[in-house]
Amino acid sequence: MTDSISEEPSQALDSSTGLDEFCIAGHKFQSRLILGSGKYDSFEVMRESFEVAETECVTIAVRREKLHDSSGRNILDFVDPSRLVLLPNTAGCYDADTAVRCAKMGREILRGLENSGADWVKLEVLGDSRSLLPDPIELLKATEVLVKDGFQVLCYSSDDPIVARRLKDAGATSVMPAGSPIGSGLGVINRNSLQIILEDLKQGDPDYPVIIDAGVGTASDVAIAMELGFDGVLLNTAVARAADPIRMAEAMKYGVRAGRLAFQSGRIPQSRYASASSPEVGVISKRQQ
Amino acid sequence: MIDVTINGKKQPCEEGLTIVELLDSLGMNSRAIAVEINQEIQPRDTHSHVKVKDGDVLEIVTLVGGG
Repeated sequence: MTDSISEEPSQALDSSTGLDEFCIAGHKFQSRLILGSGKYDSFEVMRESFEVAETECVTIAVRREKLHDSSGRNILDFVDPSRLVLLPNTAGCYDADTAVRCAKMGREILRGLENSGADWVKLEVLGDSRSLLPDPIELLKATEVLVKDGFQVLCYSSDDPIVARRLKDAGATSVMPAGSPIGSGLGVINRNSLQIILEDLKQGDPDYPVIIDAGVGTASDVAIAMELGFDGVLLNTAVARAADPIRMAEAMKYGVRAGRLAFQSGRIPQSRYASASSPEVGVISKRQQ
Repeated sequence: MIDVTINGKKQPCEEGLTIVELLDSLGMNSRAIAVEINQEIQPRDTHSHVKVKDGDVLEIVTLVGGG
């Protein structure tokens, strides 16, 4: 019995961290941690969390400009688009048409900022507001339209392997199954389905990026996801709503690294019984085996 | 005057304004916005010549924190 799928690490290792580069949609990242920018108590805490986590990519949302903004502060005053690749999302969209419009608006803004994330989108098309799980039919429709329009589409998906395969077939740049519902902190709850997704999507295409998106509660969840063979983790609430977001951001950084290194190292098989670590010969005890 | 709907709110607007002029009058002309008219995205380089018409439905959006 093995807990990870087999994949030969194909990229050069960074000598300082022992980590391999993460390539997705034409971007090359040292970090495999993508952080969301929502739900922080302040922009200052958010900015420091990003720095401590050493993330190179953060998600952002597209919303109506307020007619009267009292604070006058924009998130872009705290996220430097020349240093971080922004990944706009379509959060809050419940049908394909709205999600496509939202993606185009995000692209238009990022083009104006000359951010290299302009042509990609984290596509969310939700089924209902209680579970925040994707509507697979609308998600697939929106993926097809956006791929045709030249987008690199990163699909927030459920852990259904068939849906994941259909999204890849439709041209999705990455499929990003949820570990558990958004913001739930339940971690990776359906390991078996997620492993099937990894096997399916990476079959004959080992570099196809598959990312765990949503559900992370703490650093061990991230490590588990990475040990399974995911290429990266996207999380928001687990850092933003932690009692100490900056320290949790650091924990997530190590969780990702630990999990990736463990995946690349090839874990031992699991066994029902013990296997002694010390030599079994020359023992002074008279006790029978 | 004409009537337009901006971000879900119907309001009067001077006739013949371009998108840029409308944004200026609303204090919204920042680099971090996108404009849609009647569900069609309006690329930034068209904002100085596309005029807002009576009954237009505009969405003016920006970036906010999100996951």
